[in-house]
Formats: sequence, C-alpha cells, structure tokens
Amino acid sequence: MAWLPGAVSTRIYAVLLLVLGVAPFVLQAMDQPFYLDLLSRGLIFAIAVVSLNLILGYGGMVSLGHAAYIGIGAYSVGIASYYDYYNGWLHLALALGTSALFALITGAISLRTKGVYFIMITMAFSQMVFFIFLSLEEYGADDGLVIYARSEFPEWISMDSAIGLYYWIFAILLLALFFIHRLINARFGRVIVGARFNEQRMQALGFDTYRYRLVCYVLSAMLCSLAGMLLGNFAGFISPDMMSWARSGELIFMVIIGGAATLFGPLVGTIAFVLLEEFLSAITVYWHLIFGVLLVALVLYGKGGIHGWLRLLDRREGEHGG
Amino acid sequence: MADNLLVVSGLRKHFGGVVATDDVSLAVEQGQVHAIIGPNGAGKTTLIAQLCGQIAPDSGDIEFAGRSIIGYSMARRAREGLARSFQITSVVMPMTLLENVMLAVQGTGGHSFRFWAPVNRDVSLRDAAMASLAEVGLDDRAERIAANVSHGEQRQLEVAMALAMRPRMLLLDEPMAGMGKEEGAAMIEILDRLKGGMTILLVEHDMDAVFSLADQLSVLVNGHIIATDTVANIRKNPEVQKAYLGDGHA
Repeated sequence: MAWLPGAVSTRIYAVLLLVLGVAPFVLQAMDQPFYLDLLSRGLIFAIAVVSLNLILGYGGMVSLGHAAYIGIGAYSVGIASYYDYYNGWLHLALALGTSALFALITGAISLRTKGVYFIMITMAFSQMVFFIFLSLEEYGADDGLVIYARSEFPEWISMDSAIGLYYWIFAILLLALFFIHRLINARFGRVIVGARFNEQRMQALGFDTYRYRLVCYVLSAMLCSLAGMLLGNFAGFISPDMMSWARSGELIFMVIIGGAATLFGPLVGTIAFVLLEEFLSAITVYWHLIFGVLLVALVLYGKGGIHGWLRLLDRREGEHGG
Repeated sequence: MADNLLVVSGLRKHFGGVVATDDVSLAVEQGQVHAIIGPNGAGKTTLIAQLCGQIAPDSGDIEFAGRSIIGYSMARRAREGLARSFQITSVVMPMTLLENVMLAVQGTGGHSFRFWAPVNRDVSLRDAAMASLAEVGLDDRAERIAANVSHGEQRQLEVAMALAMRPRMLLLDEPMAGMGKEEGAAMIEILDRLKGGMTILLVEHDMDAVFSLADQLSVLVNGHIIATDTVANIRKNPEVQKAYLGDGHA
C-alpha cells in the first residue's frame, strides 16, 4: 500500500474506512444482504464502543454500565413509536436528551468514586435501568417491544432501505470519530487525559477534574445513545436484554481488543469481535469456549490491542527505511 | 510587618493520636522567600498539603491576599494564585515537557471547556509554556517525554509548571529532593533568579540552599514552629541548634 502516504497503520485505517464506505454497493451487487446486516450491526456497536473509549480509554473511567445508554437510545425510538410518533428528529432529540439527563445524574454520583467502586456503581445504575424496563409491562417488559416502522427522516436521508440505514450508521460513526479526534486534541481533551495519569497534579494546576470528567461522561453517554437509536431502527425489536451488564462487559472487551485510548482501536476491535463471534458460532456450538480462550490470549499477549500490533508494523517499516 | 501575602494562624492537624501540625502560625511577606526547615517527620509536607488544600486542617485559618481560603478546593486555590511543586515528582509522565507546561498555563488561563480548537496550534499557550521552560533552562528539551528525562530535569519541570501558572506565590516542597550536587546548584540558581520578584514558601532539607535563598526562616519541630527569624539570627539561636542544626552547623 505504498501508494498512500503516512504510517502503515494510518494507511490501513484509511483503506478500512474506504472499504466500509463502498461496502453496501459491493455487497448488494454480490447479492449478500446478510453481510450488509452483519456490517450494519457491527458498526452500530462500533459507535457505542467509540463512545465508551472516550471515558474508559482516554479518561480512565472504567464504566461497566455503558449498555444502559444503548438501551435508553433504543427505547427512545421504541416508546415514541409505540405512541405513533415516528418523527426521526424527535427520536434523536429524545435519545440525546434522556441519555444526557440520566448520565448527568448518575455520573454526578458515580464520579465521586474511583476504580473498582466506579465500576460497581456504574454497573448498579445500568442494572437499575435494566430492571425498570424489565418490569414495564406497558412496553413489553422482558418480551420486548416491536418497532413497526423506522424513524422518519426527509426522503434524501431516509433510513427505510438497508443501504440508507447503513449510511446513517456510517455517517454517525465518522462524525463520532471526528468529534473525538477534535475533542481529545483540544483543551478539554488534554484535561481529561492529564487527569487519567495524574489527577492530583491536575487539581494542583487549577482544574476541577470532577467537572471535566462529568461533562466527558455525559458526552460519551449521548454518543452511545445514538448507537441505541440506530440499533432500535436496525433490529425493529428491542428488549431490556440489550442493556444487561454482560452487554456492557462486551463493550469493554471491544475497546481492549482494539486498543484503548486510540482513535481507531475501538472500531477495529468491534469489527474483530463481531466477525469472530459470527464465524466461530457458525463453525461449532462450543464457540464460546474458543472465543473465551482467544479473548484471554488477546488481553494477555496483545498489549495495546490490534492498534498496538499495527503500530509495531509502523516501527518495523521505519527501521527498514520504508 | 509590611504586606503579608500569606497568613497562617493557629493551624492544627492530627492523625489519630499523632499531632502533625501543632498550632502553626506564620506570615509570609510579599516578595520574600520564607523557608521552613525541620528534621524528618516534623510535619513540613503535611503543612504544605494544608496550605494548598490537599488536606483539611482540624482548626485554624489560612489567609491569602487578605482573604480566608480555608474553604477553597485545591483547584480553586491554584486559580487564586497559590502554586505548588511536589516533593515527589508529580507530572504527567507520558506527555512531553512542553505539553505538561502547556497544561499548567491552561489551568489558570480561564476554563478549559473548549472542545474544538487543537491545543498544539494554540500559539498563546505554546509561547507562555516555552517561556516558563526557558526560565528553568529546559527549553531545548521541550519535546522530550517527561518519563524519559533525568530526575533533575523532572524537578526543574515541576518548577516550570508552577511558574507557568503565573502565580502570586510559590509553595515549593523540597525542590532539590534527591538531586546530585550539580543539579542542586542549578536549581539554587533558578530559584535565586526568581527571588525578589516572587513570593516563595520554601520547604527544603538542603541547608546551603536555605541559607543562600531565604529571607526568613521558620524552624518546625514535631509540628510546632519553635522559631521564626532572619537566617543570621536563626543560626545563632541556641534552641534551634539543639533541636535541629546540631554541632556541625553551629
């Protein structure tokens, strides 16, 4: 790939985005709707994982409750549709507003704790949401809720076709990546990253780290709710299951596999996770076992995740004068 | 006494049965270097920690520039102009020296809820940070990672970060801790240049440094200040000699 400038990893990511950009047409030409579905689902999770990486990777705030925001986003679509409100902008506003409010309240409490306590309290809050929806008979409780039509948007950005929805997902993913790239390199991001390594020093420099972290937490939750909003539209069926703490755990895994605190790590981590899950489960019913071993190996030996390996390639090329 | 920038009165702190700070009162005059000396375990770092808001005292008051700051958080005190350096180097290790100092400039230069403009193209931050690095002689190593420079350079970085906050007063907690002779001499030179323009509260073990830099000296023993005076008078004070300096310094 010497025809592209930059380091090997940068070129690989550029090609990856290019491939993702044209994938729907290629898959359609090959008549492979299944793979378009798989890719759509993968990229929806990638948005959630990218949002989790903002607090977990860059900010060092390990949340075991991020799936709650997928749920909040999905139920924003589901409940509005249940009352025959299909306006997409309304769905977006509901998802962003509700998740921001919930993140502001729970974050304000959770962020008073650190480390393991933060993990436990974020998990507790997400389980609270999980059980609330589990008990809401009106919205299907554990049977879930069927969404009969997708969020309505103007014709030129309609979600109704599989390809239309895919480009919604892809566009929000790109925006999320760009937003985080800017955020992390701006003053705000420096404070967030600095506080991960040395919070006491940041306070001695005059930063109220708590406030910055809270804002970061809310932004991450809002971004994650977009993944939920898209997932509701994609699946057409939502249930409390999508926000159980096990789901939150998977999101953490995807961050780690790809490489925490890197821009593209979470994206490649998610794609790897979703593909592995898909193909292993097609091979054998005992796929969980193989998958588990692979994950352990990745965490043990894959320091820095997939992004870390790609960086090794960068260095190797640098040594060979490439 | 002329203008006192920092006035500490009746400060007390105990941890369980141990009295760490025992009725400490002291005043630091504007523009002076006030040093605190005392044997290990005298409570010097605990005192600094209370001044900068890291530890809350049991009782007593701290006035800075005429206002009580006892209820202020560490961050708030920093923004009011009370900057500190740490005895055990405390910088953001994976960042470059320049990035560390830029954070310090950023910390007291208005809020940082700025989400879009890239920091490394922010000329005002960069220039101010480079100026502070130059003050401690690190400007030629600005792009090196903090974790990879020598211990002495990390100590200098500590001071550069405190300076970059454009403080009204510096709290320096053993800036020469763990330094070799040459590095120590370089640090004394840096502090000597600041002298006169900056109000400094200096906690230091190194007697050469203290005697050459300080205008006023307080001697802390078992959490209590047993004497405050000029350097010359402290050296003559028999009580101080007995408690701390020993025969060698007499």
